[in-house]
Amino acid sequence: MALMDLANPTRFLALAGRVLPWLALASAVLLAIGFWLAFQAPADYQQGETVRIMYIHVPFAWLAMLGYSLLALSALGILVWRHPLADVSHKALAPIGAVFAFLCLVTGSLWGRPMWGTYWVWDARLTSMLVLLLLYLGLIALRSAIEDPNQAGRAAAVLTLVGFVNVPIVKFSVDWWNTLHQPASVFRMDGPTIHPSLLWPLLLTAAGFTGLMLTLHLAAMRNEILRRRLRNLEARAAAEAAYA
Amino acid sequence: MGEHASFIIAAYAVSAAVLGALALWIALDGRAVRAGLAEMEARGVRRRSAGDGTAP
Repeated sequence: MALMDLANPTRFLALAGRVLPWLALASAVLLAIGFWLAFQAPADYQQGETVRIMYIHVPFAWLAMLGYSLLALSALGILVWRHPLADVSHKALAPIGAVFAFLCLVTGSLWGRPMWGTYWVWDARLTSMLVLLLLYLGLIALRSAIEDPNQAGRAAAVLTLVGFVNVPIVKFSVDWWNTLHQPASVFRMDGPTIHPSLLWPLLLTAAGFTGLMLTLHLAAMRNEILRRRLRNLEARAAAEAAYA
Repeated sequence: MGEHASFIIAAYAVSAAVLGALALWIALDGRAVRAGLAEMEARGVRRRSAGDGTAP
């Protein structure tokens, strides 16, 4: 099936209906195995048992950035190809990405209190992640503030692309500035610095949460496509009633 | 889970609650939209392009 065929909303609905149950099941299995291994893994020599929070905090951080990158791709789809499915994807993904960014900040704070002695510091990594959450919330607010859906979609797409500059800042903030937040320990040029007994559970929970995000995104996209159909039908019914 | 158990439990509990609420919100939203479409169908209002796969 060609990529453009999948961009057809009706074919997309049929495909989503077939894929969603399997994607949800795969996510649940990956998360179950990942968490089982995570709680079997030894405690970290510095963090102690608090390292268990990393198995959720780190995937949430990755997915907050991945979500925004997918939003930027959808924004390109809106502005360059003007495809309605890109707008559907963008609108459906913003609240999901916001949730992952929010959970990243909350779980990070709950890890920071016992490890750093504080829930929050205005360091570059934490601040740029907070900016990412505010960008997500701003996109949701912007769509709500503009009545015309097409205009709202284009405005949100422009803001998304402008805000995308923050994604590399989040990623490289720990390299560019002196931060309390530790530098990257998985995605590094010289390979991960985490022992495999801790790394594998982390990769499995990350894969499981990625599957969960995709599952929620597909389900929300399906809702949005059906909502637009319902809106069109309601408008047509109202118009017919007015002429009758 | 040691002396910091409350922080670990809180992190997992908040995550489960928020993700659960998000999943529930999406599921309920889907149900509401489908109910609306079923109502329109019952009133005899159908998509002109239903089945041809061209309309969003």
